[in-house]
Amino acid sequence: MSTTTAGVIFILSLLAALAVAYRYLGDYLFRVVAAERHGRVERGIYRALGVDPDAEQSWGVYARSVLAFSLVSILGLYAFLRLQDLVFRVPDFAASIDERVFPHLAWNTAVSFVTNTNWQAYSGESTMTHLVQMAGLAVQNFVSAAVGIAVAVALVRGFARRKSERLGNFWVDLTRITLRILLPIAAVAAVLLIVGGVVQNLTDGTAATTLTGAQQHLTGGPVASQEAIKELGTNGGGFYNVNSAHPFENPNAWTDWLEIFLLTVIPFALPRVFGRMVKDNRQGYAILAVMAIIAVAGVALTNVFELQHAGTVPQAVGAALEGKDVRFGVSNSATFAAATTLTSTGAVNSFHDSYTALGGMMPIVNMMLGEVAPGGVGSGLYGMLIIAVITVFVAGLMVGRTPEYLGKKIGAREIKFASMYFLITPALVLIGVAAAMATGNWSTQLNVGPHGFSEVVYAFTSAANNNGSAFAGITVNTPWWDTALGLAMLLGRFLPLIFVLGLAGSLARQAPVPASAGTLPTHKPLFIGMVVGVVVILVALTFLPALALGPLAEGL
Amino acid sequence: MRTPSWISQHLAAVRALVFFTVLLGLAYPLVITGLAQLPGLKDKADGSVVQVNGKPVGSSLIGQSFTDADGNPVPKYFQSRPSASGYDPDATAASNLGPESIEDTLGDPALDPNSEDGDGSKQALLTQVCARSKAVGDLEGVSGARPYCTSDGVGAVLRVFYTGGLSGKVTRAVSVNQACPATPFLPVYEGVAVECGRFGEDYSKGVLVPVRGDAPETSPVPADAVTASGSSLDPHISVEYAQLQAKRVASARGLPVGKVDALIGEHTDGRALGFMGDPAVNVLELNLALDRL
Repeated sequence: MSTTTAGVIFILSLLAALAVAYRYLGDYLFRVVAAERHGRVERGIYRALGVDPDAEQSWGVYARSVLAFSLVSILGLYAFLRLQDLVFRVPDFAASIDERVFPHLAWNTAVSFVTNTNWQAYSGESTMTHLVQMAGLAVQNFVSAAVGIAVAVALVRGFARRKSERLGNFWVDLTRITLRILLPIAAVAAVLLIVGGVVQNLTDGTAATTLTGAQQHLTGGPVASQEAIKELGTNGGGFYNVNSAHPFENPNAWTDWLEIFLLTVIPFALPRVFGRMVKDNRQGYAILAVMAIIAVAGVALTNVFELQHAGTVPQAVGAALEGKDVRFGVSNSATFAAATTLTSTGAVNSFHDSYTALGGMMPIVNMMLGEVAPGGVGSGLYGMLIIAVITVFVAGLMVGRTPEYLGKKIGAREIKFASMYFLITPALVLIGVAAAMATGNWSTQLNVGPHGFSEVVYAFTSAANNNGSAFAGITVNTPWWDTALGLAMLLGRFLPLIFVLGLAGSLARQAPVPASAGTLPTHKPLFIGMVVGVVVILVALTFLPALALGPLAEGL
Repeated sequence: MRTPSWISQHLAAVRALVFFTVLLGLAYPLVITGLAQLPGLKDKADGSVVQVNGKPVGSSLIGQSFTDADGNPVPKYFQSRPSASGYDPDATAASNLGPESIEDTLGDPALDPNSEDGDGSKQALLTQVCARSKAVGDLEGVSGARPYCTSDGVGAVLRVFYTGGLSGKVTRAVSVNQACPATPFLPVYEGVAVECGRFGEDYSKGVLVPVRGDAPETSPVPADAVTASGSSLDPHISVEYAQLQAKRVASARGLPVGKVDALIGEHTDGRALGFMGDPAVNVLELNLALDRL
């Protein structure tokens, strides 16, 4: 079988599995978030937390709960990172905490994991003890994912409810999503990964003497338990520096397939929850269709560019194989790269910096699309619904009608929230890049010329969109980069999240207007095509100049 | 007095963080670690360690170098791919060099390249590829020639200076990756004699021109032999690279080539389920099988 045929079947098999999951996992997710009754264990948890599970919150209280939890998480994780050497110091690094985890690195890392970004300015194997990886970083992998899903569900409640001030209870959503969805799936996935060869132990590993007499330290660690949620929660923070390229994180081709499946499965299933909650499954299919069209195009283009291997070095080599492992090959590496940036995961099984110019542009473009196809867990759905709101607004302007979506009027207040949401991330990216170039901090880039500029663009695009992957040549563990990217991640996560909840609050308050002959049907191919168009056009208008100076200058 | 809501929210947040840390940060990984002790899982969870005479010699998942103390290939062993970390699991890294990384930084001739700080030279990715191709070609007795490579194993790249900056008549051409006194790979470029590269000279006003040369499109030295992996711990090589090495390994061990070829076949992992990944040969397992003969 040729490489191309195998690569195509690989993609089709993923799509088939995701289609099945859309229906069954989607229905399960719906039952979890819509359930009226609390489990006995959950009641105990709510009592321990001191919250009333039946007291629903207005959008302001919901937002403040999210922010309170995230603030406490950032402070807690910062302290944990700085104090990690006090207990259970395995591995016992020679370097002290002040030589390894500088305050600016701890800030960057704490923000990175709480915002579901998992941007890593450190190397796991030489910086973090096993304890802080599993009880600090991996905990945020779970709860930051749960926060994303909770906010998406709150937005959908805004569409589904009528004349209500209430969007649900954040503590209930957080607890249910973690306990009933993330934890069981992660546990099963972790065991599967161990079957594939991912390590799971609490030791310093094994000292080996190689066949030619050299010493090799085979690292240990609780990797499988972290790897599972790293993909499932679209987090992406690797236990080791080389992330999912490391054979102990991703030992073979089928674990690679499994990891891609895990990182796309919840984002692709969430439109089903949307359809079920607004009591019209066709609306869910329409959103799914938009996500799938963009995703398939992104995956296909990345594959085409990488398999064509344009550029001086790939032509000299005869393949775009630098930074890729043999067991995955070029095609499956390209598919992983596209999937990780179409979602907000940021895990990598190959190194994007060494991709062809246009192949390396695709991950950047995928992130610039706002990570809505299918996007991060929760953030993908709420991002796509914002785009849908903008689309009905644009369509309403064309025919001179007050736009409406699912019976809710999109008035001045709603479109302000939606526009603010859309504008914040490009602003952070472009201002960040400009600041890096103006202050001379671009000079930590590894490559020269347009490719070096792409490294800077990639860094801010990844941080502001909460992706976490990188053109990893650039050195970012400096006070300036750690601080600037930390701010981009923080603002890129929480400002949009507040606008989403604000929009949800104002939608929930409305009584739906009945559909009339002039209502734009939002489940038909016309609407699907318009949403795809809005995504592509808005992004092209915003980012084309930056892309022209980087990957386009290099590749054309 | 009732607690103000902003305080009670933060208290709930602190309690939630503590609760989830215990559940997700301790109980969950410990339970998974417990399950990993089951027979059949334990060896994998501990890192798929390979032992010879009761002593660990490596992991079947982690590549290693089969070179002597000076870094030269040991002829009786199949060689792994180039690695940006030298197969050190404590410092995994990719090269991260881009597709147009084609211009080297030449070393200071006044400094000793073998000293601790080196001579300040830095090879672009193109020269790394060309040098590896030449070295593998020499070792295996085939041609290591590749497009965009000089015969002495560096990137064939010129800085071309024009009268008008980017256009006009060529005034000067320098082979930037060939440090003097090397003979430039091309004697004349558009009527101008090509110079060798000099340390410290600023060539940035010239236009970078990679020169394709007449090497065939596919080299007998496969792609994976001249590129560094993403993990820097790649345990595999391609089937083509293994077959290229079979003759040398067989003669170093005094074995018939057919026997070595058969072993390559036995240690080739095909695509999972027929379509996932690429076929690959596990180098450590293949070398161990040879040692056992």
